[in-house]
Parts: sequence; structure tokens; C-alpha cells
Amino acid sequence: MSVAAFTVPTVSHAPGNAEDLTEKISIRDLDFYYGDHRALKGISVPLYQGQVTAFIGPSGCGKSTLLRVLNRMYDLYPNQRATGHVRLDNDDVLSPSQDLNLLRAKVGMVFQKPTPFPMTIFENIAFGIRLYERLPKTELEDRVRYALERAALWEEVKDKLGANGLSLSGGQQQRLCIARTVAVRPEVILFDEPCSALDPISTAKIEELIDELKDDYTIAIVTHNMQQAARVSDFTAFMYLGELVEFGETTRIFTTPNDRRTQDYITGRFG
Amino acid sequence: MDPSISRLYAKRRRRNVVTMALAYGATGFGLTWLVVILGVLLWEGLSGLSLAVFTEMTPPPGSAGGLLNPIAGSLVMTTIAVLIGTPLGMLAGTYMAEYGRYDKLTTVVRFINDILLSAPSIVIGLFVYEIMVAQMGHFSGWAGAVSLAVIVVPVVVRTTEDMLTLVPDTLREAAASIGLPRALMITRVAYRAARAGMVTGVLLAVARISGETAPLLFTALNNQFWSLNLNAPVSSLPVVIFQFALSPYKDWQKLAWTGALIITMAVLALSIIARILAAPRKTS
Repeated sequence: MSVAAFTVPTVSHAPGNAEDLTEKISIRDLDFYYGDHRALKGISVPLYQGQVTAFIGPSGCGKSTLLRVLNRMYDLYPNQRATGHVRLDNDDVLSPSQDLNLLRAKVGMVFQKPTPFPMTIFENIAFGIRLYERLPKTELEDRVRYALERAALWEEVKDKLGANGLSLSGGQQQRLCIARTVAVRPEVILFDEPCSALDPISTAKIEELIDELKDDYTIAIVTHNMQQAARVSDFTAFMYLGELVEFGETTRIFTTPNDRRTQDYITGRFG
Repeated sequence: MDPSISRLYAKRRRRNVVTMALAYGATGFGLTWLVVILGVLLWEGLSGLSLAVFTEMTPPPGSAGGLLNPIAGSLVMTTIAVLIGTPLGMLAGTYMAEYGRYDKLTTVVRFINDILLSAPSIVIGLFVYEIMVAQMGHFSGWAGAVSLAVIVVPVVVRTTEDMLTLVPDTLREAAASIGLPRALMITRVAYRAARAGMVTGVLLAVARISGETAPLLFTALNNQFWSLNLNAPVSSLPVVIFQFALSPYKDWQKLAWTGALIITMAVLALSIIARILAAPRKTS
């Protein structure tokens, strides 16, 4: 069995496939602290370019925390810090001199709860675009349309772009948030339990969307739903109590996990 | 059912009836006095309400006149007070809720602000008297406006901070997640989400200062003539009401009632506007 660029005891990749993959984000020996509490313990894991990586594990295992390191979201709060190495391409994410706004433009995020801005549907999208580009009106409209199309929302909102974003249903709001993220043209999109507040139909739509988006973006998704992880992801990382227990191709993790704890979790014996 | 359980429920029902009766009674008691006050105010004030009230100056005792100079004076001083107090209060509130939310300084400022919020307005009047009137050597409209501004600031600080704190962190994170710098996150997203509440705060501050008498007595004093010269004493409704109501002259007392009615109606209108603005908007 061939092993990818680095080795962690429990990490293994399927042969053949791994060599073609480039690491978009590489995480090495990452520790994270909430005050004195060590929430992540020596995490090393890659996010491959153009692949969907799912993070699964019981509540409190640190999956969301890990995601929030990748765009330095934790920087908004005091007493939270990360040590170790996180590289986006060749850029040191954790460096104190990292431009956070630029980083977050490259690493977008979709949250558990849909969070449209308190403005119109059009403005929700255009707002982010205008941050980075000055576009003529028609071009801006095209970009808004493109983003809404990518988020599979255009057909539903094209006649009410002036309506408040909060007037949409939960599932639509979540797709609006995805459109907003896409509009900024990120390279990586982080999904933090994007479907846990949605009904099954909306969930299916979002999953389809993730599948389409992965051609252009590197995607990481945190989910409590193992079927979802199995459906949407190419790689799966199982985390437990702040540690990365196992990482590998999704098909392998779900069929022949190496670690006993992974097996217990995916078969529903704990968590 | 077990008889002891039905006894328990009967006891709870009785207790509920008593508590409800007490609650209704207390509400009724409070409302009665409010209605009586408003009723008397309407009764006494409406009869004196005429166009002349808004077009003529305060009269000497025994002749006809209106309240134009105190109305204008109140409007001007209130406006200036709001123009001074609102930006200060909003900026301070923004610091406390956004930039310095976890700082010790914020806790200290909040504590002091709460003291200022409940400080007797006469103390604020005396304070401004000392630092402005005594230094300048005369009463002035500016001093009046500043003393009202000192009352506005803590109200606006408080509501701004409260309303911004109510904006969920998830919205801030969403703003940050598309690379929005902090300043834009605050002005374009958080302010927008908190706008109704913040405007309400300013309106409540206006309502609060439009009835203040004590601080104006020490600062703007009063002026029975038409004058908007802010370097000289300026007339104001609360002070004129105070003066006229205590006078022995019937027509002055009448004007005092009318002035009180005007202030009450203005404050009522502001409160209603504030209510409408603060009402949660229909979302779906």
C-alpha cells in the first residue's frame, strides 16, 4: 500500500489514487486551545484539491473547531489560539502576519444556521462581490445571477431579488449563503454542518450542490450525518476527543476502517 | 384520579385565581392614575390649545399670548443635544459591543454609564452650570443643550450596546467569512441588523430630555422674548411650564397646562414611532 506525502499512524490511502492528488490545505501537528482547554490534539490531515473531505465524529470531538482554524474564524474571540502548521498552498495560515480578510476571501465558510445578511437577496450576493471588485451594473448582475445559479437558487428567486434575504425559507436561505460564499470566488469552501437545520429535501439539494461545486473548489464538510458523509465526500476523517483517529478514502473508511473506534462510530455503537 | 392529586390541583387553581386577581388589581391601580393624569391634562390643556399657542410669544401676566419662544427653544436645544449626544453615545456603545466586548475597560465604562444613566438630572444641571455657565458668566442656550446632551449620552450608549449585543455572533462570523473587515462588518451588517433598536434608543433619549426641567433651570434659564441666540438665555417648554404653573395668574396657568399637553403629545408620538420601528419585521 502506498502512503501519501506524510504519515500518521492511522492514516492510509488507497493505492494509486493518492499520488494524483495535490494538497490544497495541509494541516500538521495542529493543537487548539480554548483558554486552557486543549480541544485539538496534534491533528495532521490534508485537504486535497478538488475533493470533498468530510469530518465526522461525536459532538465535541473538535471537527467544527478544526474547520474554524482553517479560516482563522476563532480570531474573532479572545483566549482561543492554535499552534502547529496549517498551509494553504504555500501560505502559512496561522502566521500572525496573515491577512485575515484575504484568507477568508480564499477560504469561504457556510454555517450550520443559515445567516443571510439583513438586506435584499441581490445585495446579499452583490455585497461580497463589491468588496473585491468594482463592476459595471450589468456585469455585477451577471455575477449575482451566476452565483445564484451555482447555488441552485436562481429559478426560485429571480423574480424577487429585491425581497429581504430573511424572507426565504430555511433551505433557500442556506443556498443563498452558499451563493454568497461562491460569489466571492473562494478556492476552498468550508461547510459546518450545513444541513443540520434543514428538511430532507433541502438537504438533498445542498448535497447535490456540494457534488457540483467540488469541480471548482476544494471542500471540507463537518457533518453529524454519516450517510451524508458517505454520500458527498471523497475522503473522510474521523475525529474523537480532539484527536484525528483515522483518515482515508470515504469508501474505505466506511467499509474497512482500521481503527476500532471508527468502526464503533460508523456502526452507531457510540457517539 | 387519586384524591390527593385532585386536591393539589384545586389548591393550585385557587392560588392561581388569587395571584391573577392581585396582578389585575395592581395593573388597574396603575392604569387608573395614568388615565386620570392624562384625562386632566387633556381636559385642562385642550381648552387652551389654539393657533395662537404656536404663533405668539409668552405673554406678560394678564394679556394673551402663546408658547412660540419656549417651543422653538426646546426644539433647538433638544436638536443640538441629540446632535452632540448621539454620535458620542453610538461610538462608545459600538466600542463596548464590538471592539472591546471582552475588555476590562468595557466593564468599567458600562458601570460608570449606568451611574450616569440614573444620575439625578439636577446634578447634571449643576455640573454644566459649574463648567459652562460659571465660566462664561451668563446663562446660555449652549449650556442648556450641553446639559441635555449629557443626559442623552448614557441612554444612547446603553441602547447601542444592548442592541449590538443582540445581533447574533453567527451574523458577524458570516460577515467575516466573506472577508469583510471589522469596520465594514459593524457598519454594514451589525448596524443594519440593530438599526431599529438603535433609532429607538435615540428617540427614547429625545423623549427623556424633552421633559427635563432641572438641568435647564441652571443652564439655559429662561427668556420671555423671542431669542434663538444660543449665547444668551433661551426659553424652553419645561421651564416655562414650571414658572407659569407656579404663578398666581390664571392665563399663565392655562398656558402651562397647554404646554404640558404639547410635551406629552410629542413624547407620546415619539414613543409610538419608536414602537413601530422596534417592532419585529415579518420575515416569512
